[in-house]
Amino acid sequence: MTLPLPGPAPGLLRALPQYGALAAVLLANWLLFPDFFSIRLQDGRLFGSLIDVLNRGAPVALLAIGMTMVIATRGIDLSVGAVMAIAGAVAATMTQAGWGLPAVLAASLGAGLLCGLWNGLLVALLRIQPIIATLILMVAGRGVAQLITEGQIVTFVSPGLAAIGSGSFLTVPMPVVITAALLAVTALLVRATALGLMIEAVGVNRLSSAGAGVNTPVVLVAVYVWCGLCAAVAGLIVTADIRGADVNNAGLWLELDAILAVVIGGTSLLGGRFGLLLSVVGAAIIQAMNTGILLSGFKPEFNLIVKAAVLLAVLLLQSPALTLLLPRPKGARPPLGPPLGPPLGPAKRESGSVKP
Amino acid sequence: MIHRFLPLIVTIAVLVVGFLLCALQFPNFASLRVVGNLLTDNAFLGITAIGMTFVILSGGIDLSVGAVIGFTTVLLAVLIEQGGWDPPAAFAAALLAAALFGAAMGAIIHVFRMPPFIVTLAGMFVARGMAFVLTTDSLPINHPLYGELNDVAWRFDGGGKLSLPAMVLLVVLALAVVLAHWTRFGANLYALGGNRQSAELMGVPVARTTVAVYTLSGLLAGLAGIVFSLYTGAGYSLAATGVELDTITAVVIGGAQLTGGYGYVLGTFAGVLIQGLIQTYITFDGTLSSWWTKIAIGALLFVFILLQKGLLAAWTGRGGEPAEA
Repeated sequence: MTLPLPGPAPGLLRALPQYGALAAVLLANWLLFPDFFSIRLQDGRLFGSLIDVLNRGAPVALLAIGMTMVIATRGIDLSVGAVMAIAGAVAATMTQAGWGLPAVLAASLGAGLLCGLWNGLLVALLRIQPIIATLILMVAGRGVAQLITEGQIVTFVSPGLAAIGSGSFLTVPMPVVITAALLAVTALLVRATALGLMIEAVGVNRLSSAGAGVNTPVVLVAVYVWCGLCAAVAGLIVTADIRGADVNNAGLWLELDAILAVVIGGTSLLGGRFGLLLSVVGAAIIQAMNTGILLSGFKPEFNLIVKAAVLLAVLLLQSPALTLLLPRPKGARPPLGPPLGPPLGPAKRESGSVKP
Repeated sequence: MIHRFLPLIVTIAVLVVGFLLCALQFPNFASLRVVGNLLTDNAFLGITAIGMTFVILSGGIDLSVGAVIGFTTVLLAVLIEQGGWDPPAAFAAALLAAALFGAAMGAIIHVFRMPPFIVTLAGMFVARGMAFVLTTDSLPINHPLYGELNDVAWRFDGGGKLSLPAMVLLVVLALAVVLAHWTRFGANLYALGGNRQSAELMGVPVARTTVAVYTLSGLLAGLAGIVFSLYTGAGYSLAATGVELDTITAVVIGGAQLTGGYGYVLGTFAGVLIQGLIQTYITFDGTLSSWWTKIAIGALLFVFILLQKGLLAAWTGRGGEPAEA
């Protein structure tokens, strides 16, 4: 990969748990299923289990890209699954009504942008906690999507739109291409400019970064809008893939998978340093596990338990509390955070308000 | 003093006004039957939401409660129908399992200093996964005691009745109010949620309180699972999906702050009933589509949060607090 590397000081060492976990899961898949890595070309498109992992992992990877930046600002976006449903509902309903592909895409992505803007305004201007601010759209969003489709599963016939979900570009499945492109664009936006630094600054300490001249409301609105856009793209892919909008199930609980991917990728829920590529690796780990369990003939019932075990293992490996647990000199206490503002270290979670 | 209770008063006022508006539109609405059904239908949600209130008061969150309810219903069905256990023994086993599960999550959260959001998310996967492993089918529970328990009710004139689930809910509510406001545990909880560092310095047993609050949430989710299995007469691994969000919504509508340290159990109870009221209204109306429930609850959530922000700003003479995840 020649993509810009994530993080200011990426270092393969810091990312070792993630790459190690991915390698372990892939290896396990290969042991259970020797044909796992075989890829064949058929009808101008690549096929194989590995391609399948990438293809099916695309929606969660897309969500994880947007979610990474939201989490880096010490936020969270619970509404992405509902936004996927809304974007899919808009696309399917408009296609059925006879609109052209450009208009459909614009409207669907626009819906995602609007949802993101709503979340961003609640968080940045009204200063509502992100988890509640986005809970509103999570609760209401699926209702809005049902309102658009009038409660029905809207199917459509449109080769152009369907190609987004099941077509291919230079033999690579379209969802994978779209994910890679969005990852590249996002990485360029945040790493080739100061935006990434500002996002991390806001996540570490919103007050200080505002004091240092960062326009925190604009940064916050921007990350939620981008997250909404990523969710809309994911919604389009899912809708295009099944050639219909099933608003009750599209993107259901995917927000949790996306948050999981980001956390497995090593970005702390307490904000600050983030790794875009690693979040996508996290999404790949999740999907590789799902596929592996299916291939191995294990009951799919074990899927969730394995997922939880891997999540806890990766988290424990990078938990700063592990070092805190090691014996320390007698009388020494763990550092109490700075007197003003939330502490910098991710080990302590504070909820006290900051008096001006 | 009135300031402290203002969000609670507003929530209860919305519930009362909402109920009166419904009663004005539908003459049959203001009956003991409707009130009884409101309590019965939302009993499992209310019991879970009370547990969630305690967790949120301590500054945490518990995403596993819906999965624990699902797991409990499956465990009961398997123990009673396939294992031949007596329902009371199965109830005790289910409560113990749910409480231990909560205690384990609380211990992980405290010892490893991991965010509760992620630990309880993993807990949600584990509980749902264990339910799947037990069985993916919907198992009916046909034990005669289930029928007898479902017949237990305090009947009123005019067809209204207070069913067993509703009674359990009211008892849990009363105990929870006492626990939150008249015990040392409750005081510790508010202190911990208000500011963990200060609480630690004041000598609040942080480890014990953290583990205890997740144990309590697990226990109440288990109890809600028992109520849910009585209500549906079956065990199903996908039961109560998304209940964690309904309960968080109820807690927020009830006036508690997700950052911890402020909120009332009674407010949560009103929040649960407001959600139930919206659903009942839409059933009574008959022409509104079900998706309006979701949109109405979302809108209500928004209005309540704004109201809280406004009240907070008005008392303290400053803007809202910096957002925290």
